[in-house]
Amino acid sequence: MKSVLPILTVLFALVLIWYGAAIGLNAQWTRDQAARAGVEVSFSDILSDTLSQARPKLPAPHQVAVELYQSTWDEEVNGRRGIVATGTLSNRSLIYHGWVTLSATMLGFAFGTGLGILLAVGIVHSKAMDMSFMPWAIASQTVPILAIAPMVIVVLASIGIKGLIPKAIIAAYLSFFPVLVGMVKGFRAPDTMQLDLLKTYNASRFGTFWRLRLPSSVPYLFASLKVGIAAALVGTIVGELPAGASAGLGARLLSGSYYGQTIQIWAALLAAAALAAGLVVIVGVIERIVLGRMGMRS
Amino acid sequence: MKDMSSPPVIEAKGIGLIFQTDDGPVEALKDISLAIGRGEFVSFIGPSGCGKTTFLRAIAALEHPTSGTLTVNGMSPEEARRSRAYGYVFQAAGLYPWRTIAGNVQLPLEIMGFSRAERAERVRKVLDLVDLGGFGKKFPWQLSGGMQQRASIARALAFDADILLMDEPFGALDEIVRDRLNEELLKLWNETGKTIGFVTHSIPEAVYLSTKIVVMSPRPGRIADVIESPLPRERPLDIRDSPEFLEIAHRVREGLRAGHAYD
Repeated sequence: MKSVLPILTVLFALVLIWYGAAIGLNAQWTRDQAARAGVEVSFSDILSDTLSQARPKLPAPHQVAVELYQSTWDEEVNGRRGIVATGTLSNRSLIYHGWVTLSATMLGFAFGTGLGILLAVGIVHSKAMDMSFMPWAIASQTVPILAIAPMVIVVLASIGIKGLIPKAIIAAYLSFFPVLVGMVKGFRAPDTMQLDLLKTYNASRFGTFWRLRLPSSVPYLFASLKVGIAAALVGTIVGELPAGASAGLGARLLSGSYYGQTIQIWAALLAAAALAAGLVVIVGVIERIVLGRMGMRS
Repeated sequence: MKDMSSPPVIEAKGIGLIFQTDDGPVEALKDISLAIGRGEFVSFIGPSGCGKTTFLRAIAALEHPTSGTLTVNGMSPEEARRSRAYGYVFQAAGLYPWRTIAGNVQLPLEIMGFSRAERAERVRKVLDLVDLGGFGKKFPWQLSGGMQQRASIARALAFDADILLMDEPFGALDEIVRDRLNEELLKLWNETGKTIGFVTHSIPEAVYLSTKIVVMSPRPGRIADVIESPLPRERPLDIRDSPEFLEIAHRVREGLRAGHAYD
């Protein structure tokens, strides 16, 4: 209870601010409409109108909540294209689009994590690789992903690779970096004394890596994975924006902005945020289980 | 048990060691000559910077002398390290938090390729030796500092090296725990007959434990005095109040003063 109360307080304050902002931002349109029709509007008219416009500048929280319900549960269970009626997910539902995004995110995340760990192993064991590769890894992250994503999509499409893979590559591009940095630090976490101890046993480099460096790096790995998985999700959504992708939360955001469907945009945004939070929580749960099994209290 | 007829286990002749630092070369060891026989308990005592740890690390081939000759079991320290001639105990226990006590003790055995059955047998034996019989399944954080250090000694004993090198192993423990571990260490030395090199900066500890006390002084690190202890092998804790004990302690203090250790 103690931990829930502050969270609820913050949530309540956010919703309150959101309502205030929705009224403030949408009021002008209500007044313009009234002026055009030549009628006077009272404050209560403004209040009810600003919170129920079809295309508000800022949709009210309850409008987004209704849209979220309609484009998930309602669409799948009661809809003509829903999973209940057809056996497959409706292409109008956020569950479908969320799944498309999630699958590319997970593939990219797995790929990025593997790449990050492999590069970290190389960097820790080879001075030359440390000197030559690390600057490039850092430079890669200074290039805006928005500039690279369309090129990756277009180049890969021209050689016939479309759909999941290009998005996963963009996700991997963003997620390998935190894993790389975290794992380099993790593999270097053992102090001189621990390395000297293994030296007195005449342990091989592989033995040192396997028995000391790798287990030492596990807490660092999970810290990086939490950042990496969120980055992978951002990468996937960015990858869905260009070139008219037809599915995914990114595509939903884009089509929402084409047609001025602000409620749809906000619903997709919230779905993406919930997805990110869920993924980070899952990584956190796995972290607690793994560290617990390893005898380390996190 | 000291056997004068056999060649020394550790022999240093004119050892010098110069560290190259950013502030220029630092002479850590100068003209160290010393012979340590089989089954001896040798303490190295002196203020910080006197090179006692550096010398111990040189024996373990963790540092490399820049002049002189050093042999361990008749081999170069590097060869001795490769043939796993010694167990090394550091100031901190340095147990792996992700391994149980038994898992930590069998770490060197895994690396050296002992069979599973033999590992279990040896772990049981050395844990009994350091009085940690029932603690194999505990994790390090569940043990006190003194017990952790005992586990690290068990780890150094697990693979039957004849030489035990200990670098201020009890330096971080309080005096009561330290007294008890000193007593246990003597018992263990009597039971196993190992040759022990022991770095400390406590005069009572050095006198209580050793058959030979090497007093060192700093800048450059060198030997100020070597004292053969006349104390018997059997040493109850209250031997520290005897006149012989106090006399040796006095001589150690004199040696430290002569080497300008108190400057």
